[in-house]
Formats: sequence, structure tokens, C-alpha cells
Amino acid sequence: MRAFIQHEGLVVPMDRSDIDTDQLVPKQFLKRVERSGFGKFLFFDWRYLNDDYDENPDFELNRPEYRDATILLARQNFGCGSSREHAPWAIADYGFRVVIASSYADIFYNNSFKNGYLPVTLTEEQIEDLFQREAKYRPYKLNVNLEKCEITDAYDLKIKFQIDEFRRECLMNGWDDIGLTLRFEDKIDEYEKAHGIQ
Amino acid sequence: MTQESSKVVQAPKTMYDKIWDKHLVYQEPGDDSAILYIDQLLCHEVTSPQAFEGLRMAGRTVRHPDRVMAVQDHNVPTKDRDKPIADPIARTQIETLRANCKEFGIRLYDLFDLEQGVIHVVAPEQGHVCPGGTLTCGDSHTATHGAFGMIAMGTGTSEVEHVLATQTLRQKKMKQMRITVDGKLSDGVTAKDLILYIINKLTTSGGAGYAVEFAGEAIHALTMEGRMTVCNMAIEMGARVGMIAPDETTFEYLRGRNCMPKGEDFDKAVAEWKELPTDEDAAFDKEVRFNAADVQPMVTWGTNPAQSVPVSGTVPAPEDFDNVEERKMAKNALEYMDLEAGMPITSIKLDWVFIGSCTNGRIEDFRAAAAALKGYKIADGIQAIAVPGSGIVKKQAEEEGLDKIFTEAGFEWRDPGCSMCLAMNPDQLQPGERCAGTSNRNFEGRMGKGGRTHLVAPAMAAAAAVAGHFVDIREWKYN
Repeated sequence: MRAFIQHEGLVVPMDRSDIDTDQLVPKQFLKRVERSGFGKFLFFDWRYLNDDYDENPDFELNRPEYRDATILLARQNFGCGSSREHAPWAIADYGFRVVIASSYADIFYNNSFKNGYLPVTLTEEQIEDLFQREAKYRPYKLNVNLEKCEITDAYDLKIKFQIDEFRRECLMNGWDDIGLTLRFEDKIDEYEKAHGIQ
Repeated sequence: MTQESSKVVQAPKTMYDKIWDKHLVYQEPGDDSAILYIDQLLCHEVTSPQAFEGLRMAGRTVRHPDRVMAVQDHNVPTKDRDKPIADPIARTQIETLRANCKEFGIRLYDLFDLEQGVIHVVAPEQGHVCPGGTLTCGDSHTATHGAFGMIAMGTGTSEVEHVLATQTLRQKKMKQMRITVDGKLSDGVTAKDLILYIINKLTTSGGAGYAVEFAGEAIHALTMEGRMTVCNMAIEMGARVGMIAPDETTFEYLRGRNCMPKGEDFDKAVAEWKELPTDEDAAFDKEVRFNAADVQPMVTWGTNPAQSVPVSGTVPAPEDFDNVEERKMAKNALEYMDLEAGMPITSIKLDWVFIGSCTNGRIEDFRAAAAALKGYKIADGIQAIAVPGSGIVKKQAEEEGLDKIFTEAGFEWRDPGCSMCLAMNPDQLQPGERCAGTSNRNFEGRMGKGGRTHLVAPAMAAAAAVAGHFVDIREWKYN
């Protein structure tokens, strides 16, 4: 997994709550057997006018000022619905390194940490402040530092965020989850022996 | 309070605590995440191929093939199954699962087996569930199996791979919520209405971070099918885990099923399962109570499952909501759904009716729908499909003559699969078409790009097919 330590990038605001994983990657793109190449399907129904990939000029990601955005700013309950990891694959493949929202659906949040980008949780007030700053300073960049658990901008912003220590360590080191668990394979063997599992 | 009481020896435990403790493999001192043993993994064709590929690339194998089962359901056709699958990409996924199961020695209920069907219908039917156990699947509706008193949860594909390789998951203990439903559901009100009502009250994110236990008289009065409907939709309020304590209804459902212990061994298991219910004084992080008598037949009007009203109500206006975000969402939803605030729910005209899915694709769902349909024809201009949750459900329905009631009314009687619930196969709405579905999600485009979905209970869907618009099932004239 790609490690994440700190990232500075352009913010694209998506002023919506309950962005579900069906919107992140619609079902017709779940039929692939690969993990790669999902970026072009991200937000398909909103992003394109038709199946020929003609862009909807009104959609945030298509606007010229947000073309190079690498930080996605949204509201609450981001990633709700289906457990499809295709959604995190699409976010990462599109080039996003950070998502910022006031809350996430559990499964989506968990899946994010397997895919090398950082989901940051802030309060609704902090999120509102970021939307206002983006409107005021556009093009607006943020610096997201996982080592310090801190977000700053070029003005006077400095926000601390919280994250589970284990997840932080894994993401900063780009560790493979399975490899980590298999370091305790003897414990799994012991458990199975004690429970008569062969 | 939970923390304090956990220091006391033999502190009262919730069912979740008991199952968690029994499956704890290892927790490093000072680490709040633990390695949890997973008894059973379920796989389907959409979220597993990259997991198997990951194993191969890392030179790993499946630790316990006997604890994995697989079924093709998401993009299988529900008719003309004898013909080749037209969509080459869907065909590849179906064949890939077949090949992966063969390579790793995993039990597959194949497309052409009688037992094939929607994974969350097949797994309980074949006894791949067990009270007190842990189960995962790369599918958010995995909470269904919590109906048997287990920790059952959906994961992404990386965690499918993790369970395949290690038979464990790294988990942080969830917060716990108990939702108690007192009293009895009124006539004409079903498990589906109850869960839609609860989601409406708690919102789509009200259960986020929680393992939810459903309790109370109204919950334990439900059949196993009804309990599965309730737990199935726990995720629609954000809860990864929804569970119900096992009781005689649970034991009777499981007795004699494939993969279940037999004879004395089963009785021994039942004795253990009786220890599972939450201890009397156990503490929850959150407690919510509802009165079953307040629940009416529900219909969703919006684009998330919390946006619902009783069938006797009207479409709300954005101004009806206090919260600014809810107002915004209501406005977007009304636009997408092409509905006017204030219109009666019963005036909403339909193009399609879909009966099926992991939420309402079990035998009692088809019995309820058939009872409402009996002696009627569906309205002109309505297209209607009944898609059994499994081959076993289909066979049983046919033995009871239900298929005839559906087909005589003008429904198509299909082969089992996820079908229109997520429209990965050819069963899709066209832009602008409106469907009453017994499924679980009314998201934008869920049943096809531009399609509009209203979630309801099976009998409500059947009656709506006859009338051409929603009707209050409590006023329905049964033949």
C-alpha cells in the first residue's frame, strides 16, 4: 500500500451529505476482476452526461479550477451504502490523497485505510469553515500532515484531527494488513487448537 | 459505565460482548484493535475476484476452505439462464468465481444448482450461520445473519482477502446500541415497515459506529424471515452489525438444516446458544425504545432509506425539516424523484414492481405478496417481476402454487438472483421509470440510471401492482 505521511494539494468542495458508494462507483463498473483503473468511473452518473464519457460541465470535478484537485471536501455520512471497495479504489485511482468530511460510513472508512489515502474527520463547524475558506481563497490548498495530525493552509488555519493510532501507523508505513496479522499466526494456531478447529 | 463495569469479575455482558470475547484471538497490550476469529466467510462474484488475485500475488492460500462458501448472485440473469450470459464482463466474473472456488477448494452453489440464490438467503437456508458465531462477507447486507444471534458484518474486498488468508479480522470493538420495540405490530404492518420506521427515526447515520441489538416483544414475535429483514437493513442506518438474541424460533429454523449439527449434538448446541442473550444488567452505550403500535405501512419517497412516510401520509416539503442538511437533501430527492410536496403517497403512479432481494426474497415474502395478488390482475402499463431469493424458495413457492398466482396476475416469475435491487444484470429501470421495490436501497440510479425507487413491504408492492399506484394494504380487499 502507498504510504501517507503528509500531502499538500488543491481542495475540491462537494457540498453534499450522504454521498453513497453507488454514486462513487455505479454498479455497471463492479463487474471487473481487476483492482486498477477505477478512477475514470468515479462519480460516473454525476460526472458524465452519457455513456460516451461526455463531461457534465457543471459537475465539480469537471470545472477547470478543480481539475488538479487531490483533496475532496464533503459533508456528513460520506461513503454510505454498499460495502464495495471499488469506491475507495476509484478515489485513490482518480488521484485523491485526502477526503475530508464530518462523518463516514463505517465500512467505507475502514476500506479507505487499505488504499493509501487519508480520510480525515472534522466537526461540522470546521467543515463549514473549510467550505467558506475554499470559496474565499479559491484556488485553495491545504496541507495535511498525518505525522502531526494537523491541517494547515497558507493563511491562519491550523486544525488538529484525531485518528486511531494503529491505522495511523499502518498508513504512515504503507503496511500490508495481512502481513501484520500473520506476525501473530502462532496466536491463531493456538486459538484454533483450543477451540478444536482443524 | 461500561468501562467501570467491565473491571468487575463476571460483569454482566451483552450478547455482542459474549461473542466478541469468545472469538478474541489476540490483542496486543495497549492496542485498541484486536484480532478476531471469523467462523464463516461468504463470497460472491463481485467483491471476491480481487481478493483471490491478491492471495495469488502474495503467494498465500486459503487458510480454511471449509469455512468459506460462495454463490453467484449479483449479476446473474434471472431468465433464459440456459443461454450464454450476454454481458461478457459479467460472464467473466461468474466464471472467475467458479475457477477460484475450484482452485482453492471452496464450496460453490453454482448458477445451475438448485440451492443457488442471493447469498444472504442461501447462507441461512443451507445452515452456514450459527448463533454465537462470527461471519463476514464482502457485502454490506451481511448484517442479515445477525438475526441468528451472531456478529455478522460486511467488509470491503481487502478484508475478504484478509479472512481468506488468516480466518481472522483486525477489529476495534464497536459501541453498542439496543433498540427495543415494545408491544405488537398492527395487522398489515410487517418487519419491513418496522425497520423502515426505525431508520426514519434514527437517520441513515444513526447507527454508525454501533453494533445494534434489536430486542423487545415485537422483535421476538417475528419469524426468522422477518428478523432477517430487520437485521438486513441495519446498514441503512449506518450500523455494520444488527443482531437479535436466539430463541425457540431460531432453533426451530436451524434444526435439520444442512451444515448444522444433528441429533444430540444439535441439542447440546442449543443449550450453549441459550446462554447467548444479553445479561439483564448489561449496559449499552445507547438505548432507544419504540412502540410497535406506532408503526404503519411505510413507503420511501426520497433517495435514501430514511426518507419515508406512512402510506397514509403525503410527500413532505423541504421546509418540514429542521436541519439545513436534511432540507437540502429533501430538495434534491424531490427533484430526482419528480415528486411534489404535499401529494398523497397513494397518488404516486408506478411503472414497475419488483418483489425479491436479500431483504424480502424469502418464502414468507412471496406468500404475503401472493395473498394480496390472488384473484387480481396487475394494472395496465405496469411491468412486474417476482424474483425468488433462492432456488429453494422458488421450488417451495411453486409447490405451494404461488408462482401461478403471480403469473396469472401478470407478474413474470423469474430465477433467483439480486436482480433489480442493484440492477447489475439486465433487470433495470429506464431513465424516469418509477418502481415499487421490496429491496433495501432507493439511491439515485440504484435500479438503473435515472430510475426511481420506492421501498415497501411485499404485500404493499403486490397491491400497488394491481392498483397502479400505492395503496394502504390495511384497506386491501383480499380474495
